[in-house]
Amino acid sequence: MAEVLVYVDHVDGAVRKPTLELLTLARRIGEPVAVALGNGAADTAATLAEHGAVKVLTHDAPEYAAYLVVPKVDALQAAHEAVAPAAVLVPSSVEGKEIAARLALRIGSGIITDAVDLEAGDEGGPVATQSVFAASFTTKSRVVKGTPVITVKPNSAAVEAAPAAGAVEGLSVTFSAQATGTQVTGRTPRESTGRPELTEAAIVVSGGRGVNGAENFAIIEALADQLGAAVGASRAAVDAGWYPHTNQVGQTGKSVSPQLYIANGISGAIQHRAGMQTSKTIVAVNKDAEAPIFELVDYGVVGDLFDVVPQLTEEIKTRKG
Amino acid sequence: MSLRIVVTVKYVPDATGDRHFADDLTVDRDDVDGLLSELDEYAVEQALQIAEGRRDEGGDAEVTVVTIGPEDAKDALRKALSMGADKAIHVEDDDLHGTDVIGTSLVLAKAIEKAGFDLVVSGMASTDGTMGVVPALVAERLGVPQVTLLSEVSVEDGTVKGRRDGDTASEQLQAQLPAVVSVTDQSGEARYPSFKGIMAAKKKPVQSWDLSDLDIEAEEVGLDGAFTKVESAAERPARSAGTIVKDEGEGGKQLAEFLASQKFI
Repeated sequence: MAEVLVYVDHVDGAVRKPTLELLTLARRIGEPVAVALGNGAADTAATLAEHGAVKVLTHDAPEYAAYLVVPKVDALQAAHEAVAPAAVLVPSSVEGKEIAARLALRIGSGIITDAVDLEAGDEGGPVATQSVFAASFTTKSRVVKGTPVITVKPNSAAVEAAPAAGAVEGLSVTFSAQATGTQVTGRTPRESTGRPELTEAAIVVSGGRGVNGAENFAIIEALADQLGAAVGASRAAVDAGWYPHTNQVGQTGKSVSPQLYIANGISGAIQHRAGMQTSKTIVAVNKDAEAPIFELVDYGVVGDLFDVVPQLTEEIKTRKG
Repeated sequence: MSLRIVVTVKYVPDATGDRHFADDLTVDRDDVDGLLSELDEYAVEQALQIAEGRRDEGGDAEVTVVTIGPEDAKDALRKALSMGADKAIHVEDDDLHGTDVIGTSLVLAKAIEKAGFDLVVSGMASTDGTMGVVPALVAERLGVPQVTLLSEVSVEDGTVKGRRDGDTASEQLQAQLPAVVSVTDQSGEARYPSFKGIMAAKKKPVQSWDLSDLDIEAEEVGLDGAFTKVESAAERPARSAGTIVKDEGEGGKQLAEFLASQKFI
């Protein structure tokens, strides 16, 4: 069976969820061979094996943390040469997309980014589904030259356990002249809020202009915490300085695709819709019955979020007993 | 020496319009108004600020904007010129129709090399394709450092520095020029063109290059040269109308009932 390279996104050995989703998708088109780089690379093996990796190629060197993107491209290129895979799958993070693109160029391949689904194609090579134009269209595409390099958005597949050998092998990497081009001179880890990462969360609770002040985001956070959800914000709320940019959902922020999206005080401009329209279930609370967000919802409440949201939070608390 | 800054911009269909695919599954550019991709305005702004900073220190700088696209794409160049860019390059060729991202990066890299550059500034992504990989591809092709997705950028003594806010950490980056930079919408509000700027833009030079000017063969670009193929494009079915209730004191409880019925609580 053909091997499929899966680039592992991990933090010091802790594998991030989108990589586990990739392993599920990779099994549809072949046998997943994972590539884990940097500090803690070898520590990822057990988790990756549990989710279907037949092999885990690892390599650690100071270059991965000290320089931007290119050392990882060099390593993935080395893995590509060693394995000759049927496809290369990379999580659609900002860095993942850059790594994938440079790899594709080097190996003479095409690239598809932000796939939301993947299936084995009839004509050879996987077929990727993408959601485009603010999710108003669904396209199916193939890479027609070289080894398909595809990045996949978080929440595109359910994580499935599928125990496999997960044999760890060291990867031999020679860094290119470009590898040391961009130095990382400082790194401040994001302070953990204790909430799930926005792009990976199964539930996202967002606030917009209607939240009307940074201090009022506390009621959005309280609902999120009852649901174990991530907190999102519209651009209006971010531009007003009420919530950090890292939480912005939309065309110029993050694109999310959770099981449940709850929009509070968000009108639903096209730019915001671009970032959340593929959510499975959409709920909105807004005072304005004419707000375009109501065109998208599975359930909408026309009402003041300052009444509705705390009542909802209380009700969930009560139901959970 | 003059600091040569090249800004890559894209003319995109207005996101608030009704965007569609043409019969050959490329983006339909005839039925919807185009404009300079909003995210590229931030790139133009940062390029202008870097150039202005250079001039304030008694140095010299020149900002060139480059785009690929049909005749209409000149509108995007005019907008950038009216914001304050010095000159523009328009790469136009019938054979470019349907070019994918690999081909686009080839054309841009050749055009940037021909124009001459110390610094390339791009937006974080286009607002139509939204792939966000062109700056990395152009850097790979040019063989220069990529300093991408910056929310802050500065250039001093031949070094570009910036801050990149990633998923798990915020990083300080630094590279020697020449380099490729991309900036996010957090890099700083883009200026509006002044009336004077709009009038001045009419007199600024716009060069037109085709594939032969860039030593690119037709087979390397366009639909036939593409490394990817769109096999189908379907309009997403309209969501079936959801339930909408008016809050009359029980809105939160009703919503909880819905969430429970969907097994979210």
